[in-house]
Amino acid sequence: MRALLLALSLLISSPAGAEEIVLGLSSDQVSINTNFDGSEILIFGAVKREEPAPDEPSMQVIVTVAGPSEPVTVRRKEKRFGIWVNVDSVEVDRAPSFYAISTSTLLGLSLSETEDQRHNVSIQRAIRSVGAPMNITNSETFTQALIRIKSASDQYQLNEGTVSVDEQTLFRTAIELPAALTEGEYETRIFLTRGGRVVSKYETSIYVRKVGLERWLFTLSRENAFLYGLMSLAIAIAAGWGASAVFSVFRR
Amino acid sequence: MQIYLPIAEVSVNAFLLLGLGGLVGILSGMFGVGGGFLMTPLLFFIGIPPAVAVATEANQIVASSFSGVLAHFKRKTVDLRMGTVLLIGGLIGAALGVVVFNYLKALGQVDLLVKLCYVVFLGVIGGLMFMESLNAIRNTKKGKAPVRKKHNWIHGLPFKMRFRVSGLYISVIPPLVVGVAVGILAAIMGVGGGFIMVPAMIYLLGMPTKVVVGTSLFQIIFVTAFTTMLHATTNYTVDIVLAVLLLVGGVIGAQIGTRIGVKMKAEQLRILLAMMVLAVCGKLAFDLLVQPSELYSLGVAGGH
Repeated sequence: MRALLLALSLLISSPAGAEEIVLGLSSDQVSINTNFDGSEILIFGAVKREEPAPDEPSMQVIVTVAGPSEPVTVRRKEKRFGIWVNVDSVEVDRAPSFYAISTSTLLGLSLSETEDQRHNVSIQRAIRSVGAPMNITNSETFTQALIRIKSASDQYQLNEGTVSVDEQTLFRTAIELPAALTEGEYETRIFLTRGGRVVSKYETSIYVRKVGLERWLFTLSRENAFLYGLMSLAIAIAAGWGASAVFSVFRR
Repeated sequence: MQIYLPIAEVSVNAFLLLGLGGLVGILSGMFGVGGGFLMTPLLFFIGIPPAVAVATEANQIVASSFSGVLAHFKRKTVDLRMGTVLLIGGLIGAALGVVVFNYLKALGQVDLLVKLCYVVFLGVIGGLMFMESLNAIRNTKKGKAPVRKKHNWIHGLPFKMRFRVSGLYISVIPPLVVGVAVGILAAIMGVGGGFIMVPAMIYLLGMPTKVVVGTSLFQIIFVTAFTTMLHATTNYTVDIVLAVLLLVGGVIGAQIGTRIGVKMKAEQLRILLAMMVLAVCGKLAFDLLVQPSELYSLGVAGGH
């Protein structure tokens, strides 16, 4: 109920249709099949207006795609008694499994700090870390490490200047999804900003789903774990026996 | 050719997995070790999540051990009676090991303990085997007959049993104890335990090397099958696609490995295994001692 009220109040308070986003997606579903090796989704759209576009400040576009969130533990190593061991850890309450930001210019130029705080756009804001343990004073370095590690494997991307905007009306960008992709609903947001302020916002979802054999195996392993385990063993024994049989034929 | 693994949720090269499986399979067939202590770190290295790597590895070992043990059955180099005694001990040990593991997990630092366990055991076993094999090779070169089966306190124990294939008449207590000890360690370290079992059978029980390999494989099948079921039903971390790719390479490798093993002298086989064990030990020790390039690591919250 509270969420609904909040949504309603947001609807009313938004600037009534001054500039509105009309969106297109190359596909709103990403299928993971056996030979899935990453994917590219094309996000494009136009800006609908009642009156001619104001010249100043110029319009910027920010596109974010966020994978399903989960809590993550970040551990830090330190040298103790001559060997490197985990000494402390911080639990990050919610970190998206995937997060990509594409912007038409530098993120700092398109979005002010306060607007970032309100809409949680930047990677730092997308990660939610509430309480670090008492003994840890520099919990900031732990979230930085999380971002660093995730960025290294393209799970977090900041692509500045990759959204092209034509005639202040048409915009388009392509988002590269890595091969190591988690299933789920990928929340996609598009922001129009002028002078660092968000003037319009559009939200949609892209669904990432396993299909075919991948889907079947995944479901079986969760819902019928015992059978799945037996099947794994049966395959293992059959393969071991088969190889032995084939080789003994060769030897004769 | 890239292939997406449904449980691990990563995409990897299929031929790389086939190759890794084959390589470890050869070693498995040659030495009677499951190869888990080699394969698991290799899987971590190519980006498979640790939990999935450990569980799937258990399933793959079932396949390569089964393939290997069949080759040994044809050669009549499996001591079923000894294998069964060791297995009974092993299952008791594994159950105890899980309890110990969960206790340590509650204390934290289980990762470190597992690594230290590896370094200490691999180092001691590898070192002892290396020295012993080197001496054996020197002695055979000088023309001395190898001295074996010395009578010691082990032969004074009660409940004696005849193990015909091994040519032993000893008490069942030492093999049971060995089984339990290996079972505990295997559960803590997350491997089949062949690399501990094989030297224990040779040096503690005095079994002939040729019989040791087949018997060890026989015992490993059951322990790893048990582990696979445990992981599949409690953690849902067995990736069957990954397992199939590894085991196709693995079973072929195991067949080749068994044939290589038969052609080699026992001392040579032992010294090679010793060198391999020492190499893995060195790598693990190196990782603990040298500053890692990334001091931070990510983990699933709540797990280790």
